[in-house]
Amino acid sequence: MVSAQLAAAPWNSGSGFGTFMSSISTATTLPAPSGVHAQRQALESAVVRFAGDSGDGIQVTGGRFAEATALSGNDLATFPDFPAEIRAPAGTTYGVSAFQINFGARQILTSGDAPDTLVAFNPAALKVELADLKAGGLVILDTGSFNERGLRKAGYVANPLDDGTLDAYRTLRLDISQLTLDAVKPFGLSQKEALRCKNMWALGLVYWLYDRDRRPTLAWLQRKFAARPELAEANTAALNAGHAFGETAELPPGLPGFVVDRAPIAPGLYRAITGGEALALGLVVGASLAGLPMVFGSYPITPASPILHTLAGLRQFGVITLQAEDEIAAVCAAIGASYGGAIGVTSSSGPGIALKTEAIGLAIAAELPLVVINTQRAGPSTGMPTKTEQSDLYQAVFGRNADSPLVVLAARSPADCFDTAIEAVRIATRYMTPVMVLSDGYIANASQPWRIPDVATLEPFPVRFRTEADGFQPYLRDLETLARNWAVPGTPGLEHRVGGLEKDYDTGHISYDPANHQRMTEVRRDKVAGVVRDIPPLRPENGNESGPLAIVGWGSTYGPIARAVTVLRAEGLDVAHVHLRHLWPLPANLGELLGGYDRILVPEMNTGQLLTLLRSTFLVPAEGLNKVSGQPFKVHEIEAAVRTCLAGQRPQGLQGTNR
Amino acid sequence: MNVLAPPSTLKPQDFASDQEVRWCPGCGDYAILKAVQKALAEIGARTEDTVFVSGIGCSSRFPYYMSTYGFHTIHGRAPAVATGLKLANPALDVWVVTGDGDGLSIGGNHLLHVLRRNVDLQILLFNNEIYGLTKGQSSPTSRIGTRSPSTPTGSVESPVSPPLFALGAGARFVARAVDTQMKPLVAVLKRAHAHRGASFVEIFQNCIVYNDAVFDAFTAKDAAADNQIEVVHGEPLLFGRDKRRGLRLRPGRLELEAVTIGEDGVGIDDILRHDETSCVLAGMLAAMAPPRLPMALGVLYCDPAARFESVAAGDQAAPPAPEALNALLRRGHTWTIAD
Ligand code: SF4
Repeated sequence: MVSAQLAAAPWNSGSGFGTFMSSISTATTLPAPSGVHAQRQALESAVVRFAGDSGDGIQVTGGRFAEATALSGNDLATFPDFPAEIRAPAGTTYGVSAFQINFGARQILTSGDAPDTLVAFNPAALKVELADLKAGGLVILDTGSFNERGLRKAGYVANPLDDGTLDAYRTLRLDISQLTLDAVKPFGLSQKEALRCKNMWALGLVYWLYDRDRRPTLAWLQRKFAARPELAEANTAALNAGHAFGETAELPPGLPGFVVDRAPIAPGLYRAITGGEALALGLVVGASLAGLPMVFGSYPITPASPILHTLAGLRQFGVITLQAEDEIAAVCAAIGASYGGAIGVTSSSGPGIALKTEAIGLAIAAELPLVVINTQRAGPSTGMPTKTEQSDLYQAVFGRNADSPLVVLAARSPADCFDTAIEAVRIATRYMTPVMVLSDGYIANASQPWRIPDVATLEPFPVRFRTEADGFQPYLRDLETLARNWAVPGTPGLEHRVGGLEKDYDTGHISYDPANHQRMTEVRRDKVAGVVRDIPPLRPENGNESGPLAIVGWGSTYGPIARAVTVLRAEGLDVAHVHLRHLWPLPANLGELLGGYDRILVPEMNTGQLLTLLRSTFLVPAEGLNKVSGQPFKVHEIEAAVRTCLAGQRPQGLQGTNR
Repeated sequence: MNVLAPPSTLKPQDFASDQEVRWCPGCGDYAILKAVQKALAEIGARTEDTVFVSGIGCSSRFPYYMSTYGFHTIHGRAPAVATGLKLANPALDVWVVTGDGDGLSIGGNHLLHVLRRNVDLQILLFNNEIYGLTKGQSSPTSRIGTRSPSTPTGSVESPVSPPLFALGAGARFVARAVDTQMKPLVAVLKRAHAHRGASFVEIFQNCIVYNDAVFDAFTAKDAAADNQIEVVHGEPLLFGRDKRRGLRLRPGRLELEAVTIGEDGVGIDDILRHDETSCVLAGMLAAMAPPRLPMALGVLYCDPAARFESVAAGDQAAPPAPEALNALLRRGHTWTIAD
């Protein structure tokens, strides 16, 4: 049975989420598709965005919708869009909180380009979110909040309900505030408490619109408000009233209600997971597969902190967390822990990683295992902490003084963070090297269903410490991997000194000998380069191993590229998708693989960093598609660039040969 | 690793490594090295369970000269590295060696936090009031007026007092000693080792090359007796050649004054007794300096509290079994997709 709820679990953010443990939910087996949906219109997929004030319970509403959607057998992906301010004034545009879900009867790879349906709880939400809505999309809005005060706070001069702003869209203009007050009247709530039920009223209507089952949410309400039965009843009444409204009211033509069939999803046990959680859990499992305790040093920083939060509660799983005094102490404590025989891990975002740089160099020189996680955000400097970017690839691969190579991996999706974290621990301990894992603000917060693996089926990689005193010296190397032997304090007979000063190849003593430095520099380089032996040959994710065009991506661009290539190939276009997890060293066959394509397009949320790496490493005429708006790529942007390329032209925003 | 081994019977020289010591001839570091090796032998320490962690600077070469485990890290960061090491293996006996630049300038933040966390370490701060390794620039403990390559007309900055800094950071053990005074130095090191938690020891260390004789006011042969006081818990605070001078609270004021027994009606009962559990007294003692008051040496403050790693790490369980991890991955809401 369920024991406890992870902090900040996906789909459950917002205050007061209760553990979902009724018989309906835990280990739920989905019913067969219900079959006939008489007048409803079948959709292959749909995107819904809920938006309103931070206080409107947007994240909770989205979370319930995601849960109901998972239980109805769709594939899905979600993304929460929190306001940057902690407590922005109510009703302002910078206080708008949003939650987007893309769900479908097919595989879902992104949280969706543009919403089909926008639920706007106030004028500010409409103002911020309307531009993203698909042309002809549906806006459900609460006219009760479009009063003079609400309009003024949102910065509207004229009322958008009357001035033609909404002409290009279908609208459902309902006084949701009043309808909610009417629905919850019997329960004797204060006006304020009664109005707080309006998210459930709207959710009920959207449930009707997309034919979702209300029961999981009704059960959740009972648990959440167990201590305040009148609130449970009022919210239940609001949800049911919204649903009944959809069933009985005369909705505008073209709104028959929709149905989205079950997706072909691999059978198994699932949960929702964010990238941040998946990294944390992957680290725990990775440490266990290595047979080591983990010491995790971190300093609070957006958007990396959820990893610290998740790990902080897992002491019984061999995890010790240290909220350090600064980024430097966080990495240094991790290095000290690795020196002591644990796996040291530190986590931050770009600016924090910059501070850790010198210490990472120490781990490289002392040849200690270390995992460094960078949840990238938009920069430079403080930049846009809550917005995503992939612009720390140079920093990861090159960003240290001297010749100081380390291994760089990138996670492609929330669920992939789990596997990437395990891979990082494996490489770090096998090669006695720091490994940097690149995630980003998008996959850290995005959530998707994750088929939970059975840990017993994962391949362990137990670490063997050196205990043999005979012939020991601290930099004695494994002949294959070039990893030095790991002798931990407490072992009799192996007392030795390590540090940042150059060491003699044969004795491990301090050495300023010129030939020795050459040799040590080369062996550090060769050791990291040798990690390629553990990297399986790269094959296209989709498409042929040669052809007119390959899209080469890394990290979180996976979703939009994969979707775009699937769509374009279904149209008969010859385009391939190649995606990198191992960024340094690069897979051994990558040069050969790239050589098979006439054109190589590299979409990145930076101004061309993988592009430079590929061009300088393989001397291929790769071209970049670069987006640095703080927003992930949209599927249609990749599609458009591919079409342009295949037509023999250069896409807009292209970086390439003539730079 | 947590099994208590019987104390070893190693001699001081057994703690010396085979590496040639490369400090300048006459440097105070030599005497400290000897004292540490002697203290370890007297404690019954074992080389395999002992780790020296250092930062950067002359003093930070220390680990290379010890036959124990050693980690020569980066500038200022030794306390942070040592914290991680203790979290990974609380059974190790870890010593941090730092200097006034390493510990109070570039690494001041880490020193602050390792002390307030009370990580079970012995932190030895070699204070020579100068940057030695980088060739003689003024340091955060240099006195106003110190002439150096970076302060040709004399330093204008107020120096930081290491023990006052430590007390302010919440240290539970603060002591002070002089490099060449072997007996009290060894005694202080042993007390620091016995204290469970962060033990902070300032050692006045003479840099013969860049800041020679800077502590002469209280260490020179003819000045020492009248200008230093060895504080002992529960004993009256007496000093001077024939121990006729002492410290008392100036009547009507919260401040110490030096008095002479037998003069102005002062008797032995007027002399303050040292209470090493008093943080206020420790602060007053730490602030004393010649010529007005003697330099306080010995254990200024010792008032143990919970150790960080015992709270943060607790009892380290063995790595979790797959079943436990499976349960962890399945926490919260799950659902099954049937075939
Ligand atoms: S420079 Fe000063 S502190 Fe450094 S080794 Fe020489 S005498 Fe000692």
